[in-house]
Formats: sequence, C-alpha cells, structure tokens
Amino acid sequence: MKGTCVVYRKELYRLFASPIFYVVAFIFLALVGYFFYSSVAYYSLLSFQAGRTPFLSEQLNLTDMVLEPFFGSISVVLLLMVPLITMRLFAEEKKTGTVELLFTYPISDRGAVLGKFTAGVTVLALLLAATLPAMFLLEAFTNPPWPTIMAGYLGLLLTCSAFVSLGLFASSLTQNQIIAAAIAFGALLLLWIIGWAETLVGPTLGSFLKYLSLLTHFDSFARGILDSRDVFFYLLFTLFFLFTTLRILESRHWRG
Amino acid sequence: MIEVDNLTKLYGSLVALRQVSFRVDQGEIVGFLGPNGAGKTTALRILTCFMPPTSGTARVAGLDCQQHSLEVRGKIGYLPENVPLYPDMTTRRFLAFAAAAKGVSRARCGQEIERVMEVCTVTSVAERLIGHLSKGYRQRIGIAQALLNDPAILILDEPTIGLDPTQIVEIRSLIKKLGAERTIILSSHILPEVSQICQRILIINNGQIVATDTPANLTAQLQRNLQVYLEVEGPRTEVMQKVEAMAGVLEVKPTNGESSYLVETSRGQDLRPELARTVVESGWQLRELKLQDLSLEDIFMQLVTDEEAGEEQE
Repeated sequence: MKGTCVVYRKELYRLFASPIFYVVAFIFLALVGYFFYSSVAYYSLLSFQAGRTPFLSEQLNLTDMVLEPFFGSISVVLLLMVPLITMRLFAEEKKTGTVELLFTYPISDRGAVLGKFTAGVTVLALLLAATLPAMFLLEAFTNPPWPTIMAGYLGLLLTCSAFVSLGLFASSLTQNQIIAAAIAFGALLLLWIIGWAETLVGPTLGSFLKYLSLLTHFDSFARGILDSRDVFFYLLFTLFFLFTTLRILESRHWRG
Repeated sequence: MIEVDNLTKLYGSLVALRQVSFRVDQGEIVGFLGPNGAGKTTALRILTCFMPPTSGTARVAGLDCQQHSLEVRGKIGYLPENVPLYPDMTTRRFLAFAAAAKGVSRARCGQEIERVMEVCTVTSVAERLIGHLSKGYRQRIGIAQALLNDPAILILDEPTIGLDPTQIVEIRSLIKKLGAERTIILSSHILPEVSQICQRILIINNGQIVATDTPANLTAQLQRNLQVYLEVEGPRTEVMQKVEAMAGVLEVKPTNGESSYLVETSRGQDLRPELARTVVESGWQLRELKLQDLSLEDIFMQLVTDEEAGEEQE
C-alpha cells in the first residue's frame, strides 16, 4: 500500500511534468468543446423548428440530442488519447533503465502497477472534470437531467480505468513508447467495435462478441442507465489487464 | 553478510555466470574486477534482487534474495550501472521519491535528503532538473540515493565511470569513508581503483571467479620472478654475457631501448647491489637500475589470458 502511494505520487508528478499531458489535454478539451457546441447548436436549431411542428417537439429531448452524443464523442476522443498518456508508464522506465532502480527499491510489483494505474486514472479524471463546465452551461439555459449526467460521467470514468489498464499492459510489453501506444490503440479500437461483427457470425459467438465490446457497455451509461452488469464488466476488464500486467512484470523472474 | 553459492545465470544459451560462490563479511570493501561482459553486473543484479539466478542461491544478511526479496532490498543501497535517473525530476524531488520508496518516514525525510546531498556534495544542484546536470553530478546523485536510509550494504556498479579525475578522487575517498561502517561491493574494470579502495578483490572472467584475495597477496602470489630494469652504456653482447653469468640470474632480455635490459632473477633475491658492482667493475657506465614491480594490471592480464589459453586447450 505504501509502495502504491510512493509510485502514485512520482507518476503524477512526472505526468504533469511532461509536455505530453498538456498537448493531450489541449486537444482533448478542444475536440470535446467542439462536439458539445455542435450538438447543442443542432439541438437549438431543431427546437426552433419544433415550435412550428408539434409532432417534432415530442421527439426532442436533451438526453438523446445532446448528452448521449456528448458522452459518446468523449469516449471516442479518450480512445485516441489514453494510449498517449499510458504509453510511457513502463516502456520509458525500461528504455532509460530506471526500472532497475524502481525494482531494487523495497516496492512490490503490485505496488508499482497500482501506483501507475491510479496515477493514469487520476490524470484522466481531471480531464473529465475539465469538461464539467459544459454541463453547468446547460444548467444555465435549460433543465438538464442530472442523474443521467452523473451516470454518463461514471461510465466515462469506468471507461478510463479500463483504457488505462489496457494501456498499462501494452506499456509493460515493450520498451518502445510508440509500440506501446500502437498496441494499446489497436486493442482498444478492436474491443470498442468488436460487437459490430455480431451479424456476421453465429448467434452464440455473436452475443459473446457483443458482450466483449466496450461500446455495448458504454451505450447504456451514455443514455443514463446505470446497470450493475456494465459496472461489473468494466471492473472485471480493468482487473484482468492489471493482473496481466503484473504477470508480464513477474515474467522477468523466469524468462531467460 | 553476503553469501553466494553456486550461482549460475543463463541468458538463453549465453552463460553469464558459472557456478560462482563467494562470501563478503560485514564491514568489508570488496571489489569486483573483470573485463567488460565478464558477469559483474549480472552478479550484482542478482544480489539486489533485480533478477533471479538460473540456479544457486544468494543470501544477504541471512535472507534469501528470491524468497525475501523486499526485506533484502530494504537493506541494500544500489547504484546501477549507467546511473538511471528520472531526467524530468529535480534532484530534491527525486531523492524525496527514493527516500519514500525506501521507507524513510515523512518526518525524517527532509533531514535525510539534506544529509545525503551534503555527503555527496550535490546540495548546490538540489533544485535543478536531473536531465540538465552533468554526468558527474548525476553519478553523485546516484550514490546519494543509494545512501538514503543508511543501508548496511552498498552495492555500486562502476561508481567512477565517466567522471573526471578530480571527481574520481573525491568519489574514491567518499567510498573509503563510507566503508568504515558499511559492507561495500563495487565493480570496476579499472585496476588501480580497486586496489586503492578495496580490502579484497574478486577477479571475475567469463562468468567465473578466477582469483580472490587482498591486492597485496594477489601480487605476491603471482609474482613468480623478480625483474630488474638495467640501463648500461657498454657493448651489448658483452654486457649480456657477463650479466647472464652471474649467480641467481635466470634470464637477460634486451628491451627496445638501445642499452637497456630486463634481468629476471629468482624470487626472494635482490641482485641489484651485485649488478651494480659488476657493471662498474667492468668499466661500463651504469645509467639506471630499478626493481620492476608486477602491477595488478599484469596479474589481471595473466589471470585472464591464462584462463583463455586453458579454454582453448579444452
């Protein structure tokens, strides 16, 4: 536990000391801001038109028109950005040799993995928190459904933890940061859309692939549905990759 | 303090260490000496629990390095080869991390960092980024982090590599000072360094320990014959004949110089007075006469080349 805390503080410091974080944060917030603006602008345009056609006004609601696309777009931007945050976590330490320092201090492997993981999640949670003003802006003009928003943010946070655990795993495989980012991005993208193959394969495999897909589980959060099965899926996903990372690190004890 | 038994380490099919055994007692300064790629770093990495041996055991303070890895790591201050440090942290911030990692309590942390910075004279760069510092400073920061929490055992892998001569002298005296109350293992491929600092030397080559003793004993053991350097102004053949005829002289070899010779005599016999007398009585000019001491370099070369010759015969 103490080791986790020590590594957490060091990683957090190094993440904020590196320019990668600021570039990623800037691009992330700019993209998210753009998506938010466009969906709100489209919504208000339709609202004007709905004033003349009562049939359309029944169809309009904030969750479907603004919140769901907003959370969906954040998750896609995260998919692109998280590998850039996580790529250095182990790969850089291996490249520069500081891993030798880290693993000769009395810190357990588990402490190191958890410390790096929590630091990555903290940084992304801060990025997510930086998108909250958009929600307060909605509050100023309309009456947004806060429970839906909270469910959406919980979904995003769980997505972040799943993404970071996979990114950490990719980073532990190699000493090259680019390779780590490429592996993490490829794997995340595949797991994101793997459900689309549902129609191509048999029903059994199809439903399995759909269950495996990160997108399936995120959709319900984005629509404001808090389902314990989805929470469980994300936690299991995170734990699985943290466990695998630990095994990869331990492999140095038996590999030639 | 440190017990190593039959340590073998394979990297794939490459043998890095072969049945290495040695002991280091408390308070000793031991030097690991060997050419590059001899297995020094591998041995030190096993002792610091960074990697496990393929077979054999390493015990530090009675604890097995594999089974009690965390306890062992807590007792050791380690300076890895090439001194890996985090370039984007300041000296103080890095040492604070290292101190916390080593379990220094928060109350004692600041004081402990000040102490090691002072010992290693890096106080002046406390607030600077490590990535901007010179090799000498980084080396000393590496030693400073090893000293945190006052470990009983220090393991230093090539502590003076890449330093300038004044810094080398400083670091050597620092290590000597530290060795007064600690067990120190250091590795090096520089002989004079090891012979100056260490009480005992382990010479390692091709993954095997080929000799272990004090620097003085090693010299004595391997110095089979004495060599005397002689410079005489006189007819070459005559000088050689006359000197060779003397009692106790084994061989006379002309050297590259015009009028200098290497006279080999049997051990325990100092023939310098007789040589001087012979030269003067023959009416030649004696220019120089001195005893050639077999340096550690020669011993080292002898051990390493003996080994290689032996291997070729196999």
